[in-house]
Amino acid sequence: MIIKQVSVFLENKSGRLSEVTEILGNAGINISAFTIADTSDFGILRLVVSDPDKAREVLKENAFSVQTTEVILAKTPNTPGSLTRLLKVLNEGGSFIEYMYAFSMDNNSAVIVLRPTNIQKCMQILETHRDEFLLNDEHYQL
Amino acid sequence: MIWNEKIECASRDEMAAIQSERLVKTVQRVYHNIPSYRAKMQEKGLVPGDIKNVDDLVKLPFTIKTDLRDNYPFGMFTVPMSEIVRLHASSGTTGKPTVVGYTRNDLQMWAEVVTRSLCMAGVHKNDIVQVAYGYGLFTGGLGLHYGTENLGATVIPISGGNTQKQIQLMQDFGSSVIACTPSYALYLAEALQEMGIDPESLKLRVGIFGAEPWSENMRKEIEAKLKIKAIDIYGLSEIVGPGVSCECSHQAGMHVNEDHFIPEIIDPETLEPVAPGQIGELVFSTITKEGIPIIRYRTRDLTRLIYDKCECGRTLVRMEKCMGRSDDMLIIRKVNVFPSQIKSVLLEMSETEPHYLLIVEREGTLDILKLMVEVQEQFFSDEVRVLEALRKKIKNNIQSTLGISVDVKLVEPKTIERTAGKAKRVIDNRKI
Repeated sequence: MIIKQVSVFLENKSGRLSEVTEILGNAGINISAFTIADTSDFGILRLVVSDPDKAREVLKENAFSVQTTEVILAKTPNTPGSLTRLLKVLNEGGSFIEYMYAFSMDNNSAVIVLRPTNIQKCMQILETHRDEFLLNDEHYQL
Repeated sequence: MIWNEKIECASRDEMAAIQSERLVKTVQRVYHNIPSYRAKMQEKGLVPGDIKNVDDLVKLPFTIKTDLRDNYPFGMFTVPMSEIVRLHASSGTTGKPTVVGYTRNDLQMWAEVVTRSLCMAGVHKNDIVQVAYGYGLFTGGLGLHYGTENLGATVIPISGGNTQKQIQLMQDFGSSVIACTPSYALYLAEALQEMGIDPESLKLRVGIFGAEPWSENMRKEIEAKLKIKAIDIYGLSEIVGPGVSCECSHQAGMHVNEDHFIPEIIDPETLEPVAPGQIGELVFSTITKEGIPIIRYRTRDLTRLIYDKCECGRTLVRMEKCMGRSDDMLIIRKVNVFPSQIKSVLLEMSETEPHYLLIVEREGTLDILKLMVEVQEQFFSDEVRVLEALRKKIKNNIQSTLGISVDVKLVEPKTIERTAGKAKRVIDNRKI
C-alpha cells in the first residue's frame, strides 16, 4: 500500500525531537515508525503516523518545515532471509530505492517502508508478488 | 515623450557647463548664509572663489544627516521664512525629524523633475494617475501630485491605505497609472486576487514605485500580478523628494535630473571618489534649491553611475537600483560585501523572501563568513542529497557573486530573530 510519510527538517539541537513527538502526541497522532537521516548540521526526521495530513498541519503551525512524501509499505515474513528475497525481487525488476526502513508489526511479519525513485514501477513489481509482499488495509491499520 | 529635451539630451559638455555655473552660485549662497557650511569650508581652508567649476566639487566638505538634525528645525535654510512656502519632514524614526523648506521656485523645480520622471515612465497627459503615496509631511504624495498636474495628466489624490477604495476608484475612474510603494503594489495585487478581480479588466498600465528598496524579482512579481510596467523612482526629502531620478521605459537605471542634483559616487571608507562605474556611496549636491541647498549629502545608498547614452535618447546620467546601504557594508578579506547581495542570490534561488543571517568571525588573522539560511517549505526536501545539493548551490552562487567563500548552514524556520521593521541580517563578531 502507498501511504503518506511525514518528513520534518531538524537542526542538530538537543530537545528538537521531543518537541516534535510532543506536538504529535498532543494532537492525538500515533507514530508507527520513524527514522532520522542525519548529516553534520541537520537531520531529516521521517515518520509513519496515523494521520499524516493532520501531523503536517500541526507541525507547520509550530513553524517546522514539513513535507509529506509517498512511500510504499511492504511486508515480509519475520524470518531470516526474507528481506533478501524482497530486495532481490526489486533489484531484478529494476527498482531503485532512495531509502528504506522497517518495523515489526507482530512476531510473524515485518513492515518495510520503501521510498523508490519510481513509486509506480515499484508497485507493479510488488503486485507480481502480491501475496508475499504486498501489504493492504486488511493487514495493517495505521 | 521627453519633457525637457534640451536638458535631458544635452551633451556632457553642455551639462558640465550648466552644473558649473549653478554650483558656483550655490556655494556662494551657502557660504554666506549658513554658519555651519561656512565653518566646515573654513576648516578645509576653502573660500567660495576656490570653487570655479563642477570639477572642484570634490574639494567641498560632506553633509550628513546629523548636520540637519543639529540645525533642527530651520538652521540650514538660506532664505527668510517669508520666502518658504512649504515644509516637509522625514519620519524621524531615529531621533528628531529632518525638516526641509521649499520656496516657490523650489516647488516649481520639484514639479518639473517629477514631470520629467513621469514622462520617462511613459506617462502622458491623457493618463489618470492614482497617487497612493501618503500625503502629508512625507514627500511622496504631494511630490507626485504636483508633477502629475504639471504634466497635464489627471491626478487622483487618494493618498495611502484604504485598499477597498483604491480598487473601487481604479475600476470606476479607470486609473491608468498607480504611484505607491512597491510593497503596497504587491498588497494591492493580492487584494485584487482575493476580490476575484482580473487585473486585465483594469486600465492600469504603469506603476511608479519608490520610497523603499526593492529587487528585480519584486519587479517581476509586480509586473506579472498587476499586468503593468513597474518603474523605479528615487528620491529623498533632504534633496527634494521623489523625482531626483527615475527609470525610463527601458528600465536600465534611473536617470538623474543632474541639472538640479549632481550625483557622485564615493568610497564610504576613504571618502574619495571611486573609479567610473564602480559601486560606492551615492552623494548628491543640489544646485538650484533655494530653501535648503545641500552640498555633498551622503545618502548612504550604494549604487553606481552609468554615463552612456540611454536607448531612450536621454543623456542624463543613470544610477542603478540601490544595492544596499553603506552603513551595512562589510569588508571581508578585503572584499566589500553587502548583505543585500546575499539576499539577491537567495531570492534568485527561491523567488520568495529569504530569511538569513550572516555571521562574521575572525579565526587567527582570517575572516570567516558563515551564512545561516532558514529552510522554508519551498526549499525543504525529504532527501538528504537534495538538501546537501541546495547547500552547495547557495555556497557556489554566493562565492561567484561575492568572490569569497562562505560556510552555509541550513537552519529551521523561524529560528532567525525577526524584529518589527528592519531585520537584523549581520552579526560581526570580529574584534578589529
